[in-house]
Order: sequence, then C-alpha cells, then structure tokens
Amino acid sequence: MKKHSKLVAAAALALSVFAVNAGDVTGRVTLKGTPPANKKFKMDPLCGRLHKVNLHEMPFYKVASDGGLGDVVVVLKGAKGSASGPVVIDQVGCAYVPYIATAQTGQTITVKNSDPLMHNVHPTPKNTAGGNKEANIAQPVKGMKNDFKFPAAETFLRFKCDVHQWMFSYVSVFDHPFHAVTDEKGNFTIKNVPAGEYEIEAIHRKVHGATAAQGYKGEVQKVKVTAAGGSANFSLNVP
Amino acid sequence: MSQPSHSQSLPRYAWFVAVATLCLIGLGGMVTSKEAGMAVPDWPTSYGYNMFALPFSYWIGGIFFEHSHRLLGAFVGLLTTILAAWIWGRETEGRVKWIGWLLIMVLVAMLGHRGSASSDGGPANVPAHLKVLAGIMPILTLFGVVQCLQTKGSVRWLALTAFFAVIFQGLLGGFRVALFAEEIGVFHAALAQAFLTLICFIALRSSRWWQDLREDDWHEGFASFRGLFAFLTVLIFAQLILGAVMRHQHAGLAVPDFPLAYGAAWPDTSPTALAAINARRTDTFYDEPITPFLIHLHMAHRVGAFLIFTLAAVMAWQALNPRRKYSFLSKFALTWFGMIALQALLGATTVWTKKAADIATLHVVLGAGCLVVGSLVTVVAARVCPETLQFELPATASPATVTERHASPEATTV
Repeated sequence: MKKHSKLVAAAALALSVFAVNAGDVTGRVTLKGTPPANKKFKMDPLCGRLHKVNLHEMPFYKVASDGGLGDVVVVLKGAKGSASGPVVIDQVGCAYVPYIATAQTGQTITVKNSDPLMHNVHPTPKNTAGGNKEANIAQPVKGMKNDFKFPAAETFLRFKCDVHQWMFSYVSVFDHPFHAVTDEKGNFTIKNVPAGEYEIEAIHRKVHGATAAQGYKGEVQKVKVTAAGGSANFSLNVP
Repeated sequence: MSQPSHSQSLPRYAWFVAVATLCLIGLGGMVTSKEAGMAVPDWPTSYGYNMFALPFSYWIGGIFFEHSHRLLGAFVGLLTTILAAWIWGRETEGRVKWIGWLLIMVLVAMLGHRGSASSDGGPANVPAHLKVLAGIMPILTLFGVVQCLQTKGSVRWLALTAFFAVIFQGLLGGFRVALFAEEIGVFHAALAQAFLTLICFIALRSSRWWQDLREDDWHEGFASFRGLFAFLTVLIFAQLILGAVMRHQHAGLAVPDFPLAYGAAWPDTSPTALAAINARRTDTFYDEPITPFLIHLHMAHRVGAFLIFTLAAVMAWQALNPRRKYSFLSKFALTWFGMIALQALLGATTVWTKKAADIATLHVVLGAGCLVVGSLVTVVAARVCPETLQFELPATASPATVTERHASPEATTV
C-alpha cells in the first residue's frame, strides 16, 4: 500500500512538471495579395432544399477582411506525443464540415451524416504504401457514423462524396498531436506543447499546392516554447 | 454451313445494338464528366441490393448516372448475347452450333450472383466466380480476335468476339469500382469504343448493301486513299485513348484556355508558373494540383486533334477532286470531315465552358462516331476500290465523259 501510494505520487509529480513545462503555441496566418474568387455553384434540388438560398461557394480561400487566412494547417515538426479522442467530420447541408482538419496517425476520424439524404464517404489516400487504405462507405440514413484510422502521415488526405461532386474534406495526418487549423480570422492555437525549440510549418492547400506531387511544402519558422507558451505568425503570399 | 440469307432483320437488329451501345457510351461519358464513377460504392450489387432492385429513392445525384450506366450496360450485354446467339445459330450447324450456344449460356450463367448485404466498396464483396471470369474473359476475347483474323472477319466470329468483349467490358467496369482503380477506367473507355466499332461492322457485314458491294472503277480515284483512311482511323483511336487517359487523370482543364495555353502558344510548366497556376485554380470542383505531366497530357490531346483535323481537311479537299466525286466514298469522306471538324469545335467548347458535363460528354460520343465512320469507310474502300487502275481519267474529264463511259457495256468493270 505504501509502495502504491509512492508510485501515484511520483506520477502526479511527473505530470505536474510536464504541465508546468508545456504551453500553448498561438499565432495568426495572413494572406497578402488578392486571391482568385471561389467557384460559385448551385447544389442539386435535394441538397438545395436544405438551404434558404441555393447559391454556394467552394471554400478554397477563406480570407477575413483584414487578411486573416482560414483553413491553414499549422504543425510543429519533430514533436512527439499522443492524441486522445476522435476527430469528427460531419456532413451538413451537403457539405463536409470542417473542410480542413488535422489528426494523428492511428487516431479515430469519425465521419457522420447529419443530412436527411444519401452520402457516401470516400477517403482517397495517396500514401497507400504507408498503409493508408482507400474506402467507400455508403451513409444513406441520417445519423449514420463510420470511423476511419490512417496509420501513415499524409498531408491533405482527401475525403469525397461521389454522390455530390462538390463535397470534399481534407484531413492532414501527422505522427503526433501538435497541429491545428486556423479559424476564419486566421488564428490558431496548438495546445500543451512541451517546452523546447521547434520548427513550425504553415501549409495552405492552394497557396502551397504546386509542390503537392512531392509533398506539400509550407512556410517554416522556428518557435521557442516555454511554460508561458510560444507564438508564431505567418504572412503568406498568393503566388 | 448454313448460307446467310439476305434478310434485313439481322442487320437492323445489329444497328439497334449499335445505337444502344452509343447511348451507353454517352451515359458512361456522363459518369466521368460528373465524377460519379464511385457513386455506387459496391459491385456487383448496388448499395447491397441486386442492381435490378435498387429503390428509386437511391437514384440521386451521381448515383443516378452510375446506376443508369450499369443498367444500360446490362441491357447492351443482353442485346449482344442475342446477336451472338442469332448469328452463330444462323451460320453454323450441328455440333459446332450447339457448342457455341452452350458456351454462351455457361458464360451468361456465370454472371449471376447471390448478392451481398454489404454496401461497402472494395474487392472483398466481389463473388469469387466473377474474379475467375475476370481472368478468363480477356483470354476469350483475344481468342475471338485471332479467330476473326484467321477467318478474315467471318461474321459468326465477329459476333462471338463481341459477346466475349461485352462481358469483359462489364467486368472491367465492375472491377474499376471494386478495386478503386481509376486507371482501369481508361481500358474500359477504350474497349467501349472498339466494341461499338465491332458492332457497327457486324451490322454492315450482315447487310444486303455490303453483299452487293463490288469493286468498281467508279471508286478508282480513292484507291490511293485506302491507306489514308486506315491511318486516320488509327490516329482517331489513339486520340480517343489519349482523351480517356486525360479524363481519368482529371486533366481536362489542366489548361483552362483555348486556343492559347495559359496565354501562350505552349504553357510554361516551370515551378514558378505551376505555383501560380495551382494557387489560382478555383474554377473547378475537382482541384487536385496540376503537375507538368497533366499539362503535357492535355497538350498532347490538342496536338493530336490538330493533326487529325489537318489530315481530314486534306482528305476532304482531295475528295472534291473531279476524279473522285462520282464515288459515294466522296460523300463518306466529306461527312467524316464534317464530323471531325465538329468534334474539334466541341473540344474547344469543352474548355470554354469549363468542362460542362453535357458538352464534354457530347465530345466523347462524337469521338466514338468519328471512329466508327472512319472504320467503316476504310473497310468499304478496301472492298470497292480496284486493286489496279483500269484507266486513267484525264484531269479535264467532264461528267458527261464519265457517264458515257459507264454507259458503255465494254467499259464496265465488275
């Protein structure tokens, strides 16, 4: 009993040390230059009925009025750790939400159908040599859920719905949990990063798409993380 | 062996099969144009149902095109089976007839399956006997082609080869879905074009018009064209395959402007240019990053189109020559050129409309039509053009001179 309580105390101490020596990395990504207009389109009648106005935009560029760029994947390179809990992607109003997400290798990605009509969930990984498997699962009923796990890292692993040709979601899979996606104002937070010096990379699917064949290459900076956290800001340019 | 009759019901039925096949190619084109190739995740079932029992409530979005394509494919398969059995029964006797019919029945029976409760995609849900059939059918199709060549295109072997090919085609389409193999779609597209040509050739060969065709010096002006017809047809088939590769690599809009390419005669594929291209590519749904390979693939298709159009224009110009205009081959050649010109315009319009699905599909269908017309013109020319020139028409020959000559019994060449 005494030995057991000593072990518990030691673990608690280690965790508190860890917590004291971990901080959040925050920052903002902005876009300079004028991006092209996103494609506008109308959904088919069944999907159109789910919206007040049936006119939509492909979410290629989400730029705030002050230049903040949304849907940028921000990742710490070389970090180590484990994620908990699933990443959830929903199908709402015949669109995947979120459009851009991140997950860890082996982490559960739950895709659910919140629409009252048929979708199919079709992940099309490129890193099949690493063990990521293509699948094509029907979700004809509202409320259906399917889980996916990908054992290999891959940037912008595509999910599509073949029933509705405009529906895409891209999940970037990394081998650690220290990554985030910027919100609509361009802000991001990577939580509980162990103290240390890292390289931090910001990747936008369109801005950095030219190198996709060799693996997406984003903008890289150095960031120092202490117990108080760390910060990194990026300014991307439209090529 | 039974002597083939000159009844018109068989060629009419064969032309009906050809029209159905052309519609099927159009529907298949829509599947690709709408990116709906995987809209039904499983095969040979459809969302776990036998494909003939899928509820209409499922026929939405991309599923409508893919499922309709499967149903029409099954119908064309049935029509082809009837055609093959009809012709084989008509042109063979005794044991050969019954062996052929037995082979047809066995292969059709092997296409049946119990179905699966699962609607998930992947090869695990494909019944084992269909996997076996997928191994057998390419061999049988090749065997049929060899027999056609050895028998110099006997109609019964053409028909049996078409039967083998249509089963093979159905399996190719199914395994494209089951194996998530988009590249199989290219073979599926190419075989579709070849199959259509084969059916049209069967319809032609079994017609009375073909039986009555004879070598005639009306057509001697085209004797030197036989090679050009054949070459242009092969070029068109190569262009169709290139187009299929381009579509299945999603490179149809790799170059978004025409006649220029990113504002130049030939596009810049440097890293800087590609970065700008991909950053600004927001006018399509399918926006996977463009690579130099995709741009070059697209441009190769444009170069092929230019080459074909130029050769066809030369052919049409020559067909207007007074030496040739009395042959019906002149009309065929001019019609063929008209189709090719329209096809080129449709190709340009596909780019101008950002690959509108209906325009892109019409481009596929007319491409099939160009291949068929070229193939038939080639074989007809081979049949009617004299091997050696019987006489030389002077360049200044008037229609009256030619008419008088053909009115003279001594001058008639049969």
